[in-house]
Amino acid sequence: MSIWKYANPALFMGWSGRVLPVVAALSALCLITGIVWGFFFTPDDYRQGSTVKIIYLHVPSAMMAINAWVMMLIASLIWLIRRHHVSALAARAAAPVGMVMTLIALATGAIWGQPMWGTWWVWDPRLTSFLILLLFYFGYIALWSAIDDPDTAADLTSILCLVGSVFAVLSRYAVNFWNQGLHQGASLSLDKKENVSDVFWLPLLVCIAGFVLFFVALVLARTRTEIRLRRLHALRLRLRMSEGAE
Amino acid sequence: MIRLLLRDLKLAVRAGGGFGLGLGFFLIVVVLVPFAMGPDTSRLSSIAPGVLWLGALLACLLSLDRIFALDHEDGTLDLLATAPIPLEGVVVAKAAAHWIVTGLPLTLAAPGLGVLLNLPSDGYLWLLVSLAIGTPALSVIGAFGAALTVGLKRGGLLLSLLVLPLYVPTLIFGAEVARRGAEGLAVVTPLLLLGGITAGAVALLPFAAAAALRINLR
Amino acid sequence: MLTVTDLTCARGGVPILSGVTFSVASGRSLILRGPNGAGKTTLLRTLAGLQPALTGSVEPGVDAIAYAGHADGLKSALSVAENLTFWAGVFGTRGIDAALSAFQLDALRDRAAAHLSAGQKRRLGLARLLVTGRPVWVLDEPTVSLDVASVARFGAVLATHLAGGGTAVIATHVDLGFDAEMLDIAAFRARAGSSDFDRSDFDEAFL
Repeated sequence: MSIWKYANPALFMGWSGRVLPVVAALSALCLITGIVWGFFFTPDDYRQGSTVKIIYLHVPSAMMAINAWVMMLIASLIWLIRRHHVSALAARAAAPVGMVMTLIALATGAIWGQPMWGTWWVWDPRLTSFLILLLFYFGYIALWSAIDDPDTAADLTSILCLVGSVFAVLSRYAVNFWNQGLHQGASLSLDKKENVSDVFWLPLLVCIAGFVLFFVALVLARTRTEIRLRRLHALRLRLRMSEGAE
Repeated sequence: MIRLLLRDLKLAVRAGGGFGLGLGFFLIVVVLVPFAMGPDTSRLSSIAPGVLWLGALLACLLSLDRIFALDHEDGTLDLLATAPIPLEGVVVAKAAAHWIVTGLPLTLAAPGLGVLLNLPSDGYLWLLVSLAIGTPALSVIGAFGAALTVGLKRGGLLLSLLVLPLYVPTLIFGAEVARRGAEGLAVVTPLLLLGGITAGAVALLPFAAAAALRINLR
Repeated sequence: MLTVTDLTCARGGVPILSGVTFSVASGRSLILRGPNGAGKTTLLRTLAGLQPALTGSVEPGVDAIAYAGHADGLKSALSVAENLTFWAGVFGTRGIDAALSAFQLDALRDRAAAHLSAGQKRRLGLARLLVTGRPVWVLDEPTVSLDVASVARFGAVLATHLAGGGTAVIATHVDLGFDAEMLDIAAFRARAGSSDFDRSDFDEAFL
């Protein structure tokens, strides 16, 4: 059997029900460890002072905001190509989570920006890109909720996600071209020299792991809800069909 | 496809409002800007390229929901889908008709409205060029959004929500060309990027739009 | 000639007709019968290729089929002749005079479609079938809002089309005045839980 068998709704409900508590517990553990470690057991930055500690929320949420969209894109592609309902529902489930991650990234960024740059908001490429990403999330979620027929909604939102991804990337470059900004370079990269020092780096990794697990847990839980809603919808349709047959 | 284009143009002329509405809206937006920003001509002339681009974009947005909705209501879209022209061709014809009815008049009217905003004299040519290159992308992207929302009863607002983020790159490069043109800077790079976006959108989006139409018709 | 084999049609993702199999010879017509909501429109739209069939096949393909649904696809700002000329152009045929006279629309040819009565609009919508030049007509309630004389005229046009080797599948409750085969589609109603579309099927575990 291939890996696809786990996309069967019944099987999915089975394994996700067992996995969900474990993931949720791990994510809580990582988040608490990472944030407590980061907030209370790391030294203040010599330039930025204690404000730097918001990095433990800002960086992971910003990463997840983008990763959630990528996950939605992959799920949409799987739906369009292989027509697994769970895939479409997972994309739908991830969207609000991704949107909230984007909001957290923007809010923490603004809170961090105020003492550092002296302003809550600048039209910096990174900030602007995230704002545009937020708009894409709005549109995607609005389209899902506007269409009644679930398969039609899944098809149309998948197409929107595909086209939207292309335009999101285009916007990213357009915005870069439009304004070079204040935002510092990436905090994390594989090239070690560019990185923040180890003292900050380790708790940050734990926080990122926590956010990833948190995201997975939320998406699993929301997908389960969506599957149940979908099943309810199907049962109602069946009832209507059998009533019509009388 | 040509026949569909000609029919849409004829309908736009007959039904009235097709050409006039977008232009009127554009005019009003441009007239309102000095009321909001104050009559200082130097300030107006510095924001003129951006305001003109934004006004054209919003005017373009106004008539988007009519691209497919009218044909969907009266059953024409069903019949077109069963006709021997591919649905992709229908999308291209419809987007072209939308451009001729809104994008083209807006482009031609923009320099006239530029006078109202004290657009620097260097800017007129590049404003015209950037709109001429950029507005087809607005029409095609709009046709894609209209195809996504064609079956929905309250599709108008949703359409704006879906389409506006997609307009971001076009707006950035288009307004950048107009702004740099007005300031006498080199415009080649943003102009090429704007042209690239338009070419890409015109080449690829009709397929996505046709797919969305097929899904909405079934 | 139209052959439909083991067709399954869905509405809103739920199969409502399954195992639809019939064949209509050239020069013959088939009248679909069935109560409201039985799936006549769904079947006709599936035949016309407007929605995909879950299973089964329709021969010949959609390029031979002219579809007329509940809406006539008329533009009220265009005249009768302009409406028809447009469709003739789209379908790559010439000459709308025969179609106009067949439905007695000659006198109205320059009138805007906005000023036509419901019955006249319907006649114009049906005249479109003649300019498509396609052999298989798939018609959904074609006689709605037609008076008795117009129904008889439509029956005559249909008879001419069939005599010329055409085929028609029609959902109607009206007697069109010539003998046609009947098909009650209630027999093909997809049973909830009894079809192939049950839990055993991979993604249909929802149903």
